[in-house]
Amino acid sequence: MDTGKNYILGVYSDEDVLIKAVKKVKGAGVKIEEVFSPFPVHGLDEALGYKRSRLTIVAFMFGALGTTLALTMQFWMLGVDWPMIIGGKNFASLPTFVPVTFELTVLLSALGMVGTFFAVSNLKPYKQPRIFDVRITDDKHVMAIDLATNSSKKDAIKKVLQDSGAVEVNEKTFE
Amino acid sequence: MSEDKFIFSAKAKKSLVYVALAGIVAIIIGILFVQFGGHGHGHESGEEGGHAFHWIHRLYVNLWINSVYFVGIAVIGVFFVAFNNASQAGWSAYFKRVPEAFGNWLPIGGLLMLGLFFITNYTAPHHFHIFHWLDHSLYNEFLEDGSPNPNYDSIIAGKHGYLNEMFFLIRMVAYFLLWWFMWKLIRTNSLKEDIDGGNQYWFKMRSLSAIFLVIFAVTSSTSAWDWVLSIDTHWFSTMFGWYNFASWFVAGLAAITLLLVYLHDFGYFPQLSSSHLHDLGKFIFGFSIFWTYIWFSQFMLIYYANIPEETVYFIERLQSHNYSWIFYANIFVNFVFPFLFLMTRDAKRHKIFLKLVCVVLLFGHWMDFYLMMTPGTLGENGAIGFMEIGVILLFFAGFLTVILSGLSKAPLVARNHPMLKESLHHHI
Repeated sequence: MDTGKNYILGVYSDEDVLIKAVKKVKGAGVKIEEVFSPFPVHGLDEALGYKRSRLTIVAFMFGALGTTLALTMQFWMLGVDWPMIIGGKNFASLPTFVPVTFELTVLLSALGMVGTFFAVSNLKPYKQPRIFDVRITDDKHVMAIDLATNSSKKDAIKKVLQDSGAVEVNEKTFE
Repeated sequence: MSEDKFIFSAKAKKSLVYVALAGIVAIIIGILFVQFGGHGHGHESGEEGGHAFHWIHRLYVNLWINSVYFVGIAVIGVFFVAFNNASQAGWSAYFKRVPEAFGNWLPIGGLLMLGLFFITNYTAPHHFHIFHWLDHSLYNEFLEDGSPNPNYDSIIAGKHGYLNEMFFLIRMVAYFLLWWFMWKLIRTNSLKEDIDGGNQYWFKMRSLSAIFLVIFAVTSSTSAWDWVLSIDTHWFSTMFGWYNFASWFVAGLAAITLLLVYLHDFGYFPQLSSSHLHDLGKFIFGFSIFWTYIWFSQFMLIYYANIPEETVYFIERLQSHNYSWIFYANIFVNFVFPFLFLMTRDAKRHKIFLKLVCVVLLFGHWMDFYLMMTPGTLGENGAIGFMEIGVILLFFAGFLTVILSGLSKAPLVARNHPMLKESLHHHI
């Protein structure tokens, strides 16, 4: 998405048409770079053949990190570095550590997920977003096809998009 | 296999009879073990409040535990239907007859519990009560001759306004009548909808469900106080109602899921998708964590405050040779296991994983109830052995017979449910 220069855009106004179109276009041997839609379209991920997100694994890893850090911190602080008698409990008493451990697990899991998502999606401050078509936040679905990754001719791709039910077929060039 | 109705075959009935017979055999073996000390736990401690131990005590306590546990699962079936109706949830409309059928146990379970209350508290040898507050000698500060009553218990005497036989029985009957009546109303509308169609029944069920939820919000707590908490009469916990509800809810969800998965195995609900299972799995996963949250909140505050009148409850369990392993097993089976096992998406979407988790959780939450009720009644004479397994099998067979015959009486799919189409297309 950040590499290509010349795109062909198929604009669709109906999500059922869009899903069928995705299958048709893929069936014609055209590689789809990305589909933009103003709202989540059920079944679009499957039609595009997207792999399941691995963000959940990241969430677990960061959660486990949070658990480990929280327990290590509390055991070291209250058990080793500065033992204090609180409420007649042992210096290192696991039950009293649970709330902080829980909070840090949730916190690191959530922040880690958000951070990873930003990094993977290449979302950073002052980034100039590429806008394929302003109507993708309004009422149109847009299928973007990168010419560089497709061996077919421009006109052939346009024809495929037209036949699949696109209401418009545009070209877009980024600098 | 017929898609329309569940057929409760003679073969299935027969195997349930075998399960019940196996339960009875296990109970008899268990009794023999306790009687002849072969189990190693039958030693007469004789110290438990001066009460001598008899195997009938253990049997009675087991009957009471399972009675409470299975009534809980049944009422959770109604609760499941109710909160799905009230929240206008569409995803569960396809299989809503399964939790709906659970309500069939309520009248039988209610009568059984009422009977068991009299049998277990008034017919046991050595003046044994499941509920300590039933002992009439606790309430009078002075004996008839004017001398101080050595049995007088000012704390229990202070609770007499709530914990007395008459009010207790009125409450018990009221819970069952309310639950059963609300279930019956919802069920009747649900069946009428099958014939007439239209949205009016759905709207009616929504209002009835909302009323049931309000009733259940109160009665789930108060019934837990009555049937479980008042066993440890001196002790109290403000978390207890929710704690019991959470345990019931996870067990009920596991029972609904397990029954549904097995019905699917036998060819019913052909359009049941992994998305339906995924949502049920998420419920089980989420409410296992909810149970742990409540469990821990109760434990944590008592542990931290360290007030003797409160900690005694946990000391009875943690410093006991019989119960400490159950205490730790309880947390492991009901939290660590479902938490790690059901965390992945695939585990929630496949029947084989759900079957394993549901069976483990059903046993786990039975164990939770066992741990709540046994130390206060049997003390060091309690254990998990043949008798416990036998009583579970007996109740399981009875419960399943009632539920399945209830299920076979109505079409399996509520075909005029306004949300049915949404449910069939459920996709996550």
